[in-house]
Amino acid sequence: MGAINFGYTVSAARAIDLDRNDLGPARQIAAEMPEFAACIACGGCTATCTAGALTNFNFRMVQTLVRRGEYAGAWREMNKCMLCGKCRLVCPRGINTRGVVRLIKRKLGDY
Amino acid sequence: MKRVIVIGGGPAGMQAAVALKAAGLEPVIVERSDALGGKLRDWHNLFPSATPAREVLDGLRKAVEMARVEVLLHTEVEGLTPDGSKPSVEVALAGGHAVQLSGGRKLEAAAVVVASGFDVFDASLKEEYGYRIYDNVFTTVDVERMLNEGGVALADGSAPRRVAFVHCVGSRDEKVNQKHCSKVCCVTAVKQAMEMRALFPEADIYNFYMDIRMFGPGYEELYQRAQQESRVNFIRGRVSEASPTIDGRIQIKAEDTLVGRPMKMSVDMLVLAVGMKAGSSCEKFARTADAALSPNGFLAPADLFSGCVASGVPGVFYAGAATAPKTIGESLAEGSMAACWVVEYLDTLAK
Ligand SMILES: Cc1cc2nc3c(=O)[nH]c(=O)nc-3n(C[C@H](O)[C@H](O)[C@H](O)COP(=O)(O)OP(=O)(O)OC[C@H]3O[C@@H](n4cnc5c(N)ncnc54)[C@H](O)[C@@H]3O)c2cc1C
Ligand code: SF4
Ligand code: SF4
Ligand code: SF4
Repeated sequence: MGAINFGYTVSAARAIDLDRNDLGPARQIAAEMPEFAACIACGGCTATCTAGALTNFNFRMVQTLVRRGEYAGAWREMNKCMLCGKCRLVCPRGINTRGVVRLIKRKLGDY
Repeated sequence: MKRVIVIGGGPAGMQAAVALKAAGLEPVIVERSDALGGKLRDWHNLFPSATPAREVLDGLRKAVEMARVEVLLHTEVEGLTPDGSKPSVEVALAGGHAVQLSGGRKLEAAAVVVASGFDVFDASLKEEYGYRIYDNVFTTVDVERMLNEGGVALADGSAPRRVAFVHCVGSRDEKVNQKHCSKVCCVTAVKQAMEMRALFPEADIYNFYMDIRMFGPGYEELYQRAQQESRVNFIRGRVSEASPTIDGRIQIKAEDTLVGRPMKMSVDMLVLAVGMKAGSSCEKFARTADAALSPNGFLAPADLFSGCVASGVPGVFYAGAATAPKTIGESLAEGSMAACWVVEYLDTLAK
């Protein structure tokens, strides 16, 4: 008799698969800017973001996805950023958020 | 000499003094303000049990009085050595200490307990939250005062219909050089949100947090009651700024990080959960006694386990929030512990 099927499945397309995701590029970004790893996901950056007020750009979300190895669309999303720097003024962890934007744009253009 | 100087007459200092007296020593509490009690004088009902602060304060004051502990009020300790000179290890090891008091006086003793406590973070440094700029931005300290004075109200005397609490103001924030978590502000904000519910049954109450840190006995349960019984809304996101609306309310912005979308809302009252920062005395004491400071400016205990009330300097001991954010219960426990260490230290010297 096979395993009982309770009818629950994990949708492969939606799950973040940390067995498969390549964290190399994320580690490279963290190596160039160690504080990238120190984000506490408070959302202060997104709350204050000039671009996020007008579009569905969410800086906190995109950079969190990058830390998980989910790079698809990250480069395109970061193009919405106007590099105004407001996020950097509010970040409680003192992260050079504009620098994160620029690193993502430099390193993840292929995704 | 049996005299032991206790610097600071807050909960930790009062407890240390009473325990020292019971052990046959002669403690002297040196307190810069006009009364004993420390911050306990400013609070209304204490988390997590809603015990009136007054009850705890009266109990401690009575114990100090009954033990006939000598108390010097209006007297500030300016340094742990006379004239701010460098400490002499020989003198200390011979059981001699002298601290510098305000007014040029010196006081000598066999040992010193530093119980000088913490300072409340000055919320006006976080200008983006508008404290002292907009009328209806308060701190948790203001709310305790209003509760003690008989009621919470907006600047025009009316009742708020919508109240928001902002956690982590002046804590966990590199921008104001306060990287540590102040530990007590989450539970204080939750407690006050519940008090607001009791006062304003119809109001909307929101707490904006980055993490909810409910470390103590009964705290998590309090949080759940706040959600379920007091109908407090918890939103996970740091408020980035507050601005005035045309009708005199306050608009705040945050990201609802659990939903992943920016949000804004107008409130009648904004309450900033201010943190505990290193007391202004810490730096002076560390300098004059050649003792170590933690990176966040609090006095650094000799070690964080068995030596949490030891300073590393012979004859100098610590108790309470002088070394880190602590609750009243923890500060009292360290008061007793510091007294034990003083007794043991003086016994060893006598041998
Ligand atoms: C908003 C808020 C609410 C809180 N509510 C609660 C609660 O409900 N329950 C709870 O358990 N804890 C609460 N706490 C924490 C509580 O206030 C502390 O645990 C407690 O006050 C620490 O006691 P202490 O004696 O170490 O320091 P303090 O209370 O800070 O006392 C230190 C004393 O030393 C004196 N002093 C300082 N320097 C000198 C000097 N150089 N010379 C002479 N005297 C000096 C000061 O004047 C003061 O009287 C709250 C904290 C905050 C910020
Ligand atoms: S720098 Fe970019 S991400 Fe930061 S606030 Fe400005 S637009 Fe938003
Ligand atoms: S403000 Fe800083 S810590 Fe907060 S989510 Fe943005 S990058 Fe992370
Ligand atoms: S106890 Fe809560 S509000 Fe206070 S600093 Fe820590 S996380 Fe922030």
